[in-house]
This record gives sequence, structure tokens and C-alpha cells, in this order.
Amino acid sequence: MIKSELVARIAERNPHLYQRDVENIVNAILDTIADALTRGDRVELRGFGAFSVKSRDARTGRNPRTGETVEVGEKAVPVFKTGKEMRARLNAEKAPAPPVRARA
Amino acid sequence: MAGRTVTRADLSEAVYQRVGLSRTESSALVEAVLTEICDCLVRGETVKLSSFGSFVVRDKGERVGRNPKTGVEVPIEPRRVMVFKPSNVLKGRINGETVQGD
Repeated sequence: MIKSELVARIAERNPHLYQRDVENIVNAILDTIADALTRGDRVELRGFGAFSVKSRDARTGRNPRTGETVEVGEKAVPVFKTGKEMRARLNAEKAPAPPVRARA
Repeated sequence: MAGRTVTRADLSEAVYQRVGLSRTESSALVEAVLTEICDCLVRGETVKLSSFGSFVVRDKGERVGRNPKTGVEVPIEPRRVMVFKPSNVLKGRINGETVQGD
């Protein structure tokens, strides 16, 4: 599923909204997460997972094609940790699905 | 670095501010978006959100693990896990660069 399909599905179930509104909603959510990570904040979405930022030290890398060494500077990378309920749901084919939607 | 923690309430607030729906409806839609993404992944489908990143479901085979405290070997059952691959745009944004495209 890509973003436009996500938007289409949500719009289908909310006929009172314009597709453009749904697009803005999805973008507002993703931008808010990205902005938080840019500030170095954590984003915790119970039942889904948590995003955080980790810093990676500078290192000496190698261009795999040419074998040349290159200096790779220190950088920050976003990481995602799957939530407990989500992990359970991914492996729940046989067991009955756990209650995932804690909130309506 | 470590600041505050952003939650659903902040996402709802952002939707409320940007789209102009009621607060109740904003939070219902945040939930709807997350539910749709979760359901898709549970079906084993990849979710690609351009300029943000993609969520991919991977099948892990069985392997032998070890209790790090006792050293006892325990089998780790085959399982499904989900991984997030941040897009170059997101990685750039976090490092204060502007990156074009996906």
C-alpha cells in the first residue's frame, strides 16, 4: 500500500471528507512525526510502535566499488521499535487477534 | 538531545490545527490512519509512505538463542517481524539537509 492508496481507503470510509482533506490529515501526521524526530524527540504510538533517533559516530568507510576509504561523518538515524500489540498481531494467525484498538 | 515524547494527542492536535476538523474527529482520523497501516501490515503487505519511509514485514526463520543470564540454549520460533526503512528524505531532514525526491 502506498500513501495515495492509504488516503483513498480512508476517504472511502469517510464520505463527508474530501480526498484532499484526508491527504492533509495523513501529511499532518507524518510531518508531525518527522518534525519530532528532527528535534530529537521520541514518538510513541501505543499499539503500533515508537520512533526515536539514535546518533551514529563518525567512521572510516569504504567505497565498495572502488575500495577507496572515505570518511563518514557523525549522523543521526531514525529507528523504529515495533510495539508489543503490533508484534503479537503479526504473529497471531492461529491465536485469536488480541484487542488492538484500545481507544475508539 | 532526548526531549519530550510525542503521542497520539500531539498528532490529533496537528490534524486539528491543519485540517480544521473538530478535535474529536481529528483524533478519530489519526486512529483510522494508524489502524489502516496496522491492518495492512498484519496482512503481510508493505506500506510505503513517500518521503517518510516504508514498513516491511519480514519472516524470520527458527534459530537457536541463548538465555544471556544462564547460558541455556532456547529455540527461537519462526516469527514475523516488521521493520521500518526510513526514506532518504527523512534521514536527510533529521540531519538538517534538504533532500529531493524519495
